Parts: sequence; C-alpha cells; structure tokens
Amino acid sequence: MLVRRAAPALGLLTLVLLAGVSSAFAAPAAPGRSAARSFAITLLREEYHFNPEILPSLLETHPADLGLAGAEEAIYELNTAGKFIGWHFKLAVVTVPDGGNVAATADRLLAHGPTVIIADLRADDLLTLANLPAAKNALILDMRTSEDLLRQQDCRTNVFHLLPSQAMRTDAIAQFLVLKRWTRWFLIQGPTPQDAVYAADVRRSAARYGARVVAEKTYNYDAGSRRSDTGYQQIQTQMPLATEVSADYDVIFVADESDLFGDYLPYNTYAARPVVGTQGLVASAWTPAYQEYAALQMQQRFDLFAHRGMTERDYGGWLAVRIVGNAVMRAGKTSPLAMRTYLRSSDFLVAGYKGQGLTFRTWDNQLRQPVLLSQPLMTVSISPQPGFLHPGYTTDTLGFDEPETQCRFAQ
Amino acid sequence: MPLRAMMGRCGAALACAIILCSFAVRAGASELFVSNEVDDTVTVLNGETYKIIATIPTDQRPRGIIATPDDKAVLVCDGDSSNIDVIDTRTLKVVRRIDTGPDPETLAMSPSGDKIYVSNENNALVTVINYATGKWITQIPVGIEPEGLAVSKNGRTVVVVSETTSMAHFIDTKTWQLVANVLVDTRPRIAIYTPDQRYLWVSSEVGGTVSVIDPRSHRIVHVIDFHIPGVDKEYIGPVGIRFTADGNLAFVSLGRANRVAVINARTYEVEKYILVGQRPWQITFSADRSQLYVANGLTNDVTIIDVASLKAVKSVPVGRLPWGIAVIP
Repeated sequence: MLVRRAAPALGLLTLVLLAGVSSAFAAPAAPGRSAARSFAITLLREEYHFNPEILPSLLETHPADLGLAGAEEAIYELNTAGKFIGWHFKLAVVTVPDGGNVAATADRLLAHGPTVIIADLRADDLLTLANLPAAKNALILDMRTSEDLLRQQDCRTNVFHLLPSQAMRTDAIAQFLVLKRWTRWFLIQGPTPQDAVYAADVRRSAARYGARVVAEKTYNYDAGSRRSDTGYQQIQTQMPLATEVSADYDVIFVADESDLFGDYLPYNTYAARPVVGTQGLVASAWTPAYQEYAALQMQQRFDLFAHRGMTERDYGGWLAVRIVGNAVMRAGKTSPLAMRTYLRSSDFLVAGYKGQGLTFRTWDNQLRQPVLLSQPLMTVSISPQPGFLHPGYTTDTLGFDEPETQCRFAQ
Repeated sequence: MPLRAMMGRCGAALACAIILCSFAVRAGASELFVSNEVDDTVTVLNGETYKIIATIPTDQRPRGIIATPDDKAVLVCDGDSSNIDVIDTRTLKVVRRIDTGPDPETLAMSPSGDKIYVSNENNALVTVINYATGKWITQIPVGIEPEGLAVSKNGRTVVVVSETTSMAHFIDTKTWQLVANVLVDTRPRIAIYTPDQRYLWVSSEVGGTVSVIDPRSHRIVHVIDFHIPGVDKEYIGPVGIRFTADGNLAFVSLGRANRVAVINARTYEVEKYILVGQRPWQITFSADRSQLYVANGLTNDVTIIDVASLKAVKSVPVGRLPWGIAVIP
C-alpha cells in the first residue's frame, strides 16, 4: 500500500548528475541500464461511492480507471523518454476506500518527508490533504477539481490545479456567446451549492463581457422518472414548464453540476433556444472527441492503452505526470519544494495538445490553458475567442485574473 | 482512359500531338506538390504561374512529402493508411504504394535515394525501407510521436525528433543504433543540417525556440528565441526551417504567429518577420532558390516569398489544411 520513496541520498546524487541539463543533455542510448535513476510519484485517490444508476444517459460510463489511466499512460511516456537519458518513473497508486481516512493515509505517505502527490480527490479531501502539517513542503497536483473556492479563498501554496476552474469554464462559454452576439441569457440553476457557485460565475461572466442574464430560475428536478419506460414523456412535459419565462432570451445557461436535469433540456425547452453551460455546449480541458493541435495522436495512443476514450479527468492525470517529468528530466528538480518554485517560474511550460505551452498563474497556482467548447460528438470552438485580449496571456481572460484574485498565499 | 478512346477515334497521330502539346505546356516550369492533410489530395502548381495543374487523390491524411533525388517521383506519407504514395512526376499519377507500418508522418531519403526513412508517429518508431523493393530493412524504437527526419550529406547519420519525448535522436545508419539523444525544447518538429553540415537545427513548436546542435558533440550550442512586437509569446510556434545555399540565411515558419522569421544563420540574430497566411507549417525553396514557398495550414494557401527582397509576393489557393511542399525543377 505504501509508496517506496527514493532515498534522500539518491535525490542529492541526481541533482549533481543533472547539473547543466537545461542547456543540453546527451547520453548514449542505454535501455534497461542499471544506472537509471528512479523517481517515485504517488497518486492518491478515494474510491468514492458511485451509483451508475444516477447517470441520465446509457451512453455515459464510469470506468474504474477513470483518471488513473491518464496518469499511467503518461508514466509510460516518461519512461520512453527516460530510457534514453537514464531516468525511470514509478507510479504508486494509493486508494482510500469510500469514506476512508484520507488524512491518516496521507500522513503515512508523508511520514518520511515531503513527496510529490497527484490528488484524484474531491475538493474537501483535497483541502484536508493540503492542510496536513506533513504536507507543508509537499507538491500536490490536483488532477480533478474545478471548484473556484480552491483557487480563491481556499488556495494553498502546496497545491497546483490542472483543470479549469468553474469561472474559467463560464468565461470560455461567455466569450463564445458574445462573439456570436447571443448576449441575452436565461440562467437555470440546480439545487446544490456548486450549482450556486456556477450560477454566480455565469452572472460574473455576463458582467465581464457585456452580456445580460435576463431571467433566472432555480429548478429542483425530481429524479423519479429516470431510466423508466415513460421517462421521456415526463421530461417532455416537465422541461417546457421549467423553461417558460416571460423574458426573451438567446440561450439557456444551465448550472447543473450534478447532471440532474441539464441533459434533458436540449429540444425540450419552451422556446427554441440552444442550451449551454454544464450541459449542452460545455466547457472543458479535454473531451474524447477533440483532435486539433495533434490531439488526435494523444487520443489514438490513449485508446490503444486504455481501450476507451480519454476523459477530462484522464487528461488531468496525464498532465500531472507530464509536469513532474518536465521538472525532473528537463529542469533537474527532484525535491517537491524545488519543483514548486520551478512550476511557478518562467522556465516552466508543459505541452498539452493545445497549440501552446501551458504555464501556471503565480497568483493562484492555476494552470492557464485554452478551454474547449464541445457538444457530445464534436469540438465546437476553443476559447479564448479572437478579440479578447490581455496584456499578459490571452488565456488569462479566462477565470480570476491577478487583480481580482481572492487567493492570498501565506509567504 | 479518355486518351485511349480518343486514339481509337482520331488516330495515333493526333493523340501524339496532344501528348506532345501537353508536355510542351508543362516543360520548362518547375512544379510544386502540396500535400493537403484533410482533403486526401496533393495539389500540383505550376512554378511560374502558380496555377493548379492537377489535384491528385492520395490515400488518407497525406502529410510528409519529398521528391526523390532524381526528381522522377514525389513521395507522400499517408498517415491514416499506413503507406507512402509514389507519384510519377511525369504522369502526375500515383503509380505505387509502399507499406510503411502504422501512421507514417514524415519521410526522408538517403542521399543516393536507395532508402526511405519514415517516422511512425503512433508507434514511436523509425522504419527504414528499401525504395526499390519496398522491403523493410529495420525498425528503430525512438521517442513518442516521432516527426521530422534529417539525413546527413554523407548518409551516415539519420536524425529524428520526437514531439512528445522532446528529443533529437541520432541514428547510425551502419549499425541502426541510437548514438545520442538530445533533449530539446518542448514539441520538436523539424531537424535540418546546415548546408556545411556543421550544425543541426531543431525547431520546437511549443517551446517556441530553435535549438542549434553540434552533431559531433551532440551538445546544444545555441537556442534561438523569437520576439514579435504585438504577438503573444505562446502563439510563436517554430516549425519549418530552410537555409539559403550559402548557409547565410535561415527561414523559420512560426505557426500561429502567422509569420516566417528570417535569421542570420551565422550570428543567430532574427533580421525580419515576414507576414504570411495563417499557421504557416512546412516551407521549401523553389528549384532555383529564388522563392520560398510556405504552406499555410489554416488559410488553405501557399505564400510565395521573394528571397532577394524578403517580401511576400502573393498567396495562391491549394487544398484544405496544406501540410508540406515538394518541388520538382
């Protein structure tokens, strides 16, 4: 269960060996040579209880290796590179059972000193991990969450976020809608606290880009008719009722983070309007349909490896491992603290099939990145959209920019 | 087929006249062969008028494209069909298909033209093929997503860059062993030797740089950076590289920066940025090296740059998502 960590002495040795790696590094091919230095990465995940019955569509699946497969594929990629220059990477997967004690498990992992942990954890567990005294000098790569709060008031210096925040997602959609001049939005939100955060982001995006929320409604869908023979008949009568408002609008912006009813909206709305938001046209870092910027190669490689499409969480796991690989092999950083400094420096970038290098925002440790806008089978567009400019990075038009951040890293 | 029908009707003399006539029109002018990744075609342009002479159907996803040393054929990699189409440069028809193994992206030939080197993008391999027989000589495991290939003038070394591993791999063509693996900036695309063979230049698309490598010591001796006023750094993605024959100037296409950089290849100073179409990809010279041709992936055209004045003269339409260009004198 516990991870084997590289001995501290080995870590020192690697630093010496890798001096000068940033200018040039060449070595004879040495596949399988015993001199290869090894680096261990821990992936900490909790086996959250999941009832597939709650998925509204039979086409939705919940593979057991969701997210993990992305990290494993990336380990294979790192070792392909590593064999040429004498590095070997090992992924130690530590799974906490549903409702298990993340803190106790993490404390055991961190008992011998700070380490690199890829966190496939929900927001509350991620924060528990980040707050552990033993994790103070660790490097935690968050491959799963998008909660704004973790990038705002609850930001932590030891956590780096790889997937777009909720605010980045609503901004990505908003830019596209403004470009289309679909600027009158009907906001319909679900009952959960996360739906409320997402809805607040929609209002914020509207204010940012000159769109208007012309109508709002909170909707609590009773899931009783799900997957029953008469389901569509229920939906067909309920959704028009839920979407009937007096204001005229261009699009329905749905805030339904738990997938309770959003997928029932398209074609069932009262007025003939497109659906965007958490369902319909969605914003994400990755979808299995995305193929631009050589992503086709990644999709084919992942399918060969995992025998299924690559999801956003797989992409998160893949990115996390690739980021560690860059820190170790490219920059020669092997201690979590040195890695943290490197990730926040201008020397760092990671390639993620987005046509540009991805870097971290220093004010909240969020990976800046273009965000995909997709319908189920196709990528519709990629934000930032043309004309949305920023003095630094155009991708910083998405989400919380430096002047508005609520994150205060304790120095 | 129509020609044969015509011969039956009008007699051999007329057919001969037609053939001679059509050859007379094509004689003299050089020709550009442009691979169109999305269309599954190669567009052939007249090198003087830049009018489309032919659109040749290929197998699926044509990308890497080169002319054989004797200019008798143009070879194009069909990534989704696992083969190379051999286009006869006289008849402008695909006359042969060579099996390459999965997902060939680019190719290069030995100086004598007896061997083809292919990068198999999905399999992290370089496949070496006997051109005459089509038989595979060997396969060499390299980094992930191998792409650009360079062959030294003496044929002793083949270099392949791997996009996801971010290395330039040096292969000895006697032993087929890797002799060096040089880590370069992120997502290398193209490797090319300087005309005097003293250096190897490697473009890194996502890293936004060009690495100059000493091929003897396998060390990076210089890294060329690009700064374009008004263009964000993340849009600068170097891809194609070409040198003038004297080795004094280098041209580097910069992807989404929509420009080609002109670099003093002795001092590594960038002298000029020439605005071209959108997302310029591979570039190549005209046969007399007076023009530089740029395949613009997003605007579906080829920009022609006058090398003497360093000005973009015009852009001509080709197929969708043009990837690379081969030139026949």
